[in-house]
This record gives sequence, C-alpha cells and structure tokens, in this order.
Amino acid sequence: MKQSLGVRLWRWTIIFVVALYLLVPLYAMFDFSTKPFSYADKGRTFRAWTMIASQPDLVPAITRSLITAAIVMALILFLIVPTAIWVHLKLPALRRPFELLCLLPLAIPAIVIVVGIAPLYRWISININESPITLAGVYSMLILPYTYRSLSAALDAVDIHTLAEAATTLGATISRVIFGIIMPTIKTGIVNGSFIAIALVLGEYTISNILNFKTFQVVIAQIGRTNGNVAVAVSLASLLFVIFLLLIIPTKKRQGTVLDVDVA
Amino acid sequence: MSSSAYVQLVDLAKHFGKVKALDGLSLDIAKGELVALLGPSGCGKTTALRALAGLQVLDHGQMIVDGKDVTYQNANKRGMGMVFQAYSLFPHMTARENVEYGLKLRAHKTSGDKRKARSSELLELVGLSTHAHHYPYQLSGGQQQRVALARALAISPKVLLLDEPLSALDAKVRTQLREEIRRIQMELGTTTLFVTHDQEEALSIADRVGVMRNGQLEQIAAPAELYDRPNTAFVAEFVGLTNPIPGNVSSGTIEILGGVVKTLPGSITSGAGIALVRPESIDVIASKSGNATVFSASFLGATCRLSISLANGTRVTAQLPSPDAIALGAGATVNVALLDLPVFVKAAG
Repeated sequence: MKQSLGVRLWRWTIIFVVALYLLVPLYAMFDFSTKPFSYADKGRTFRAWTMIASQPDLVPAITRSLITAAIVMALILFLIVPTAIWVHLKLPALRRPFELLCLLPLAIPAIVIVVGIAPLYRWISININESPITLAGVYSMLILPYTYRSLSAALDAVDIHTLAEAATTLGATISRVIFGIIMPTIKTGIVNGSFIAIALVLGEYTISNILNFKTFQVVIAQIGRTNGNVAVAVSLASLLFVIFLLLIIPTKKRQGTVLDVDVA
Repeated sequence: MSSSAYVQLVDLAKHFGKVKALDGLSLDIAKGELVALLGPSGCGKTTALRALAGLQVLDHGQMIVDGKDVTYQNANKRGMGMVFQAYSLFPHMTARENVEYGLKLRAHKTSGDKRKARSSELLELVGLSTHAHHYPYQLSGGQQQRVALARALAISPKVLLLDEPLSALDAKVRTQLREEIRRIQMELGTTTLFVTHDQEEALSIADRVGVMRNGQLEQIAAPAELYDRPNTAFVAEFVGLTNPIPGNVSSGTIEILGGVVKTLPGSITSGAGIALVRPESIDVIASKSGNATVFSASFLGATCRLSISLANGTRVTAQLPSPDAIALGAGATVNVALLDLPVFVKAAG
C-alpha cells in the first residue's frame, strides 16, 4: 500500500529531528577537538587527534576496559542469561524476587555501592589481583537491571516452555535446551542487553575512579584535566568506534551456525 | 490389563492442589493403534499425555512402554515424538534443521547423509519437500504443524503423542491435516495417543476413543460403538447430540414417543427415566393428522436438523437427509416415531 505524502513527510521529519539530536553533539565534539589550543595553532587543527597516540596511559586503559567488557559479556552469556532462562523455565515463583534483585543496583546510588564494595576490593587488590579487570565483578552486578529487562522482554515474547518441552522430547538435555534452543531464539534480546552492558562498562567512571583503577573513562578524565581538546577527541573516537561496532552487528536473520553446545 | 498392550498406563494419579487431574486412570494401547482421548477442559487428558511424554511428574501410577517401565525415566530418554497445540518449531532453524534436530542428538547413530535422507523422506511424507529451507515464520500454521509432525516422526518414536495439534488451525486445514495424520500413522504403523476436545476429530481418525471425565476414563471403545452404545449418561451426552425424552423403564425397555425400545447396558433398570435419543434415531413422516410440528430447520449440507415440537410441548431434534427435510420444510405437521435402536436411559431428576 502506497503511503500518502503527509505520512512520508511526517516520517522523514521525525528521522531528521532524531538525526539532528544525535549528530549535533557529535559535530560539537568534533568542532571543539579541532579548535586551536595553543598560540602556535593557526585556525583549525588536528593536533588534538594526532596527540591521542602519544598518551601513555590511553592504550593500556582501553585494553583493560575492553578486556573487562569481554569478561562482563562472558558473564552475561554464561551466567546471567542461563540463570534468567532457568528462572523463567523452571522457577516461575522466583521471577518477581529475581527481578527485584536485578533491579536493586538501579535503586542504589553508585557512591553507596562503592562504599559497600571498597573493603572487598581492598582485599582483592592485596590477596588476588590489583588489575582493573577485577572490576568485571562489580560491573556485572551494575548491568543487571538493563540486561535482565532486555532478557526478560525477549523471554516473555516467546513460548519458551513449549520450545523447551519440544526439544526435551526429542532428546535434548537441559543445557542443550538453554544453549541450543532458547538462547538462539532470544538472540536479539541478548545482543541488546550485551550492548547496553558494554556501553555501561566502557562509560563507567564513578566506581573505577573512587577505587583508584585506571579505566578508559578515568584516563579520559585525566587527559581532560591537562588538555580538553585531546580528551574530547578521544571521547569522539571512542564513540565512533562503538558506532562502528554497532554497524558490524549481523543484520541478517541468521548468521553462522547456531550456538549448540552441551555442557552437561 | 492386556498382556498384548504396547503402552500400559496403570492407575495414574495427579493432583494440582485440590484439583484431581488424574484419578486412577488406566489405559492400554496396542502396537500401531491410534487412541484418542476426548473430554471437556480440565478432564485430565493432556495431563495423561504429558505424563506419558515424561513432562509431568505423577503422584502415583505406572507407565509401561514396549514392556519397559518408563515411569521414572527422563523425558529426553523416552523416545516419544510429540506435537504440541502451540506452534513449537525452533524459530532459528529451517524446516529441515527442525526435522533433523532429534536425529542430531542421536548423532552417534545417525550420519549426516542418513540424517539428510531421513529429513527429506519425512518432509516428502508431510508434503513439504519444497519448503525444506523455509524458516518457521515463512510457513503457515498448517505447514508448521506438518513440520512439527515430521520432526516428531523423524526419531522413529516409540509412541507419537499429539496434544491438540489441530486446534489452532482453521476448519478446512484442520480436516485436511487430520486425514494426513491418519494416513501417515497408518503408513508408518506408529502407536499414537491423540488428545483432543473435538469429538468429530477424535471419532474420525481414531481406532478407539477414550472419553475422560474428572481424571478418569468413562469409556473407551471404537468410535461407532462409543456413539451408538454409550456406557454412561456423560458419554452419551458428551459425544454427539441427544434428545432427553422422559419415559418409564421396565424389563430392559423404555416406552417413549409412542413406541418401546431396548435400553443400553448401564441404563437404569426400572422406574421413571430420561432416554437420551440421538437425532438420527427419530423418524419423521409427513402427515396432516400428525401430532407434531416442525418449527425450524438447520441446513448442515448432506443432512438437515429439524427442531420439532411434540403435542405435549416437548421439543426434540431430528436429523434427516437434506432432500427429505427440505421436502417437509418448517411449519409442516408430522408424525414422530422412534427407530428400533437401543437408547441409554438415565435416572430422572
């Protein structure tokens, strides 16, 4: 059915307004990062961008944050997702308490969480490891509200009970049901939840700064104290990197083989 | 309990809180037989089927399949093929991958080539060989249930369990598919338990139909016997239509509509009773001096259902071949008599 001119115009107006909303801050960042920041600069300059590579703490901080994000992703895939599926499938009575538990980090201010976990991380730093990667533990707790909501919506949209029973009668073990049937079925929910989680991990500042860990955001803040233009250039570069990641997400209905493992 | 039974359900019991879903259900199914469980909602038919599949833990009872006690066996070890009421195809797999899924889990027994050959054979059997690479969202409801049937049959199940597989489909597809289920079941000789609340469905494809009520089996018999010779008032009233006509019972007969007919076993043996008379057991003859009037006619295709008002005010329904019924028409004065067929009589009041 052909859309009327009014409808098309309305849609393009919405797209234009949203694009403006998203792109103007990016343009403003780019504009700021190319402004002259010393007497030697004449007009626009890319010196802030070229200085990114010379920041000694930046690359290790990015690497650490990406490793932390990868660990959080693994925790999502192999702990949070199976647990959410298990609760939906086998323990429906625990759904509400589980949901409440997952939403708690949203209700508790980050500073309160830091105060609570600081002694634990002091002990971890002394006895296990003082790498910022250990932050993956607290981050996987912080991302729970966002990841769980995304997973729960995906699980509610599919009749996972019937799918699980169908697979079971065909001979599947519970691990095959979870990893081979339910997880691929709610793939979109998992991907959405994971991206929110990665964005949160890469953007988290309060906890890592107070616990004195040099993560990506902490280093950006440090650079910002000495050179605002470089800090904005780094932030914009990281944003473009995340947009690039989003663009390479598989957009086909099905890509590659199905995750079908038996961990039983 | 028959020793020749392939499937034996013995004294199954299951409570959900205070509700008795199964209350001492016992049922034997012969090898290659298709048994339908019929009954109103909540009668326990689906619970019985799920118990046999291993998806429902029982409070009490024993289930034996092919001489082996499977009561405590896990569902994934039982080798039952099941088709569900809800569409249950795995959405991230094509029709072929769905059919091959059960075989993949038996990978040590089934090589890739054999698997492909088996899935092709079954998709051919259900008439969907051209849809092998379609995803569930690209298939209609009827096609999805055909793939689900192929998937359940692919593992050569000990018993095929069908849990109202046609109830989500429209009438025409439902009729087509139920005939296909019967054709395939007979072709493969798969022992099948079919659960439905649709009596037409049950009576048309099953070798035997079991009518359930309150977790118990009221009667199990061949469709014609169940319809013509119900053992209980519930079966008589649940399966098909009946006209409740009061009369007096004595010596195994009842006097109704000016005639005397035999009563079926299980009926009351004496006193005032209510005969449950099938519409097709009532004979209607046009007569100007008749004692009854046709006040409406419902066209059903090959037959017509006439609502008739008797002289004493009782209303009965008769079913006649359409040409005969149309010849009479609404408003006709008729004589109503009873064909010489035994009827079930329940106690009055």
